[in-house]
Amino acid sequence: MACIEARGLRKAFGTTIALDGIDLRVEDGRILGIIGPNGAGKTTALNAILGLTSYQGELRVLGRDPWTERDQLMRDVCFIADVAVLPRWIKVSQALDYVAGIHPRFDRAKAEALLRKTSIGLNRRVKHLSKGMVAQLHLALVMAIDVKLLVLDEPTLGLDILFRKQFYDSLLGDYLDRNRTIVVTTHQVEELQHILTDLMFIDRGRIVLSCSMEEFESRYAEVTVHPEQITAARALNPIYERQVFGRSVLTFDRVERGQLLQLGEVHTPSISDLFVAVMSNHAGIAQGAAR
Amino acid sequence: MSTQSTTMPGSFAQPDGISRALGTFYWSIRRELWENRSLYLAPLLAAAVFLFGFVVSAIHLRHRFSSSQLDTEQLREALTTRFDIAAALIMFIAFLLGIFYTIDTLYGERRDRSILFWKSLPVSDLTTVLSKFCIPIVVLPMVSFAITLVTQFCMLLLSSVIFMGSGAGVGIVWTGIPFLSDSSALFYHLLTIHGFWYAPLYAWLLLISAWAPRLPFLWAAMPPFVIVGLERITFGTSHFLDLLKYRALGPNSAMTPEHHHTTTTLIPHHFFSTPGLWTGVVIAAALLFVTVRVRRYRGPI
Repeated sequence: MACIEARGLRKAFGTTIALDGIDLRVEDGRILGIIGPNGAGKTTALNAILGLTSYQGELRVLGRDPWTERDQLMRDVCFIADVAVLPRWIKVSQALDYVAGIHPRFDRAKAEALLRKTSIGLNRRVKHLSKGMVAQLHLALVMAIDVKLLVLDEPTLGLDILFRKQFYDSLLGDYLDRNRTIVVTTHQVEELQHILTDLMFIDRGRIVLSCSMEEFESRYAEVTVHPEQITAARALNPIYERQVFGRSVLTFDRVERGQLLQLGEVHTPSISDLFVAVMSNHAGIAQGAAR
Repeated sequence: MSTQSTTMPGSFAQPDGISRALGTFYWSIRRELWENRSLYLAPLLAAAVFLFGFVVSAIHLRHRFSSSQLDTEQLREALTTRFDIAAALIMFIAFLLGIFYTIDTLYGERRDRSILFWKSLPVSDLTTVLSKFCIPIVVLPMVSFAITLVTQFCMLLLSSVIFMGSGAGVGIVWTGIPFLSDSSALFYHLLTIHGFWYAPLYAWLLLISAWAPRLPFLWAAMPPFVIVGLERITFGTSHFLDLLKYRALGPNSAMTPEHHHTTTTLIPHHFFSTPGLWTGVVIAAALLFVTVRVRRYRGPI
């Protein structure tokens, strides 16, 4: 059984279609990064997975229907939303007491150990903590819960570089050693590139690209083309072309490496560069279809 | 335990399941009290202020008693009144707190987005709504009863000290004031009126709190006004207004403690056989059911 399985997942808000029939299958133990422009439907997809929004189509998370079984599902799923959602009035010690009281899989000692690595005092209230500290607190609470699926929606939004680095470091160090599934959306793609196992681009409620990272690395190539080779390079149907320091950088999809090596320096594109390439292409196709 | 779980796997009847459900409920109530400290601080503050006022007025009463401006009966009467006022004051504050709490609680968690945190935990919407409903109908009556009891006991002790050596004074304090029967009447009143009779009111406020896009107070108050107005204009009658009045004032059989000082006159079976009570309970249950559904659909505003 896959961790998340969706078929024809659809959600409309009035006339706006947020999810336009998405098929999705996330196996246990994968780390999936969902990347898309604002308003692409990322958060709606995550909300459907978490039982926070109703939907049409078929969706099973850990074998359950999230919309009708949210409370049971949340024993095995945890999430951090895109904004600080810890109640402002709560004290750190109260948050620990409460989660320990209601969550069967919460390891309080572990949460306290994680908090000791930070400068967060147990008697502080959330409203007196900085934004970064609130994220650290939330992460400490979540990482002390032994869940099967962790969902992170822009977890580092608004945090400075240091906190973002710490966030992913502790996520990697303390969390990834076990067989867990993680689904994460973010705009800060580079920070994630080395931890993901799967990648998905979505735009206007549709999946534009979905592949594993191995596939990503073998399929896409970026070539900084020698000026004299530019015509030959363009003949190979690059999916995107941009100029860097006066030289043309072309992105190719499924073109043989040997062929590309003759054109210039070949390297794997960063996720964000590929994102731009795929999105501008997709936008062109969509506009073309509209005409 | 292991044999039990093999006979009925995953069944709710498992002791484990029940104790977890109770545990979740207990922590849900506790977190409400963490968040809304005014639920007990406000009545405590009112009691403290009242006690201060009582000391001043008791000293004044002693002077009048010593200088024979008051006879024993008048003194007893004056003291009893003050005991009743203490109970009424704390009860009234608890009532107001209940109103403000229920109209804000499910709206507040959407406004500050903390609903996303609460929903990320294995607590059902039903448990959340029921625990919030318990605050005005169980927790607040208990809190106000306890605070009233302590306040009145303090008044008893304070007046003993103040009336010491003033002739009949201390005796009146301890024998003349129907402290215990007053308390049981108060308890009965809190249980019946604040617990059962007002249940639909609190359930209505919770529903609006869960649903309102903004201005929950306005949304809660508007429909009754509109219905009363419409009925007046279209039919020239005021049945709905009468219904609201009946709900606000309580049935005649559930007397307020001020008027009846013995438990025998409280006649619980009259109250519990009032059809209005059970209609109210049914309405409250229906409103709560809708509230649970609405909370599932609602996200942060």
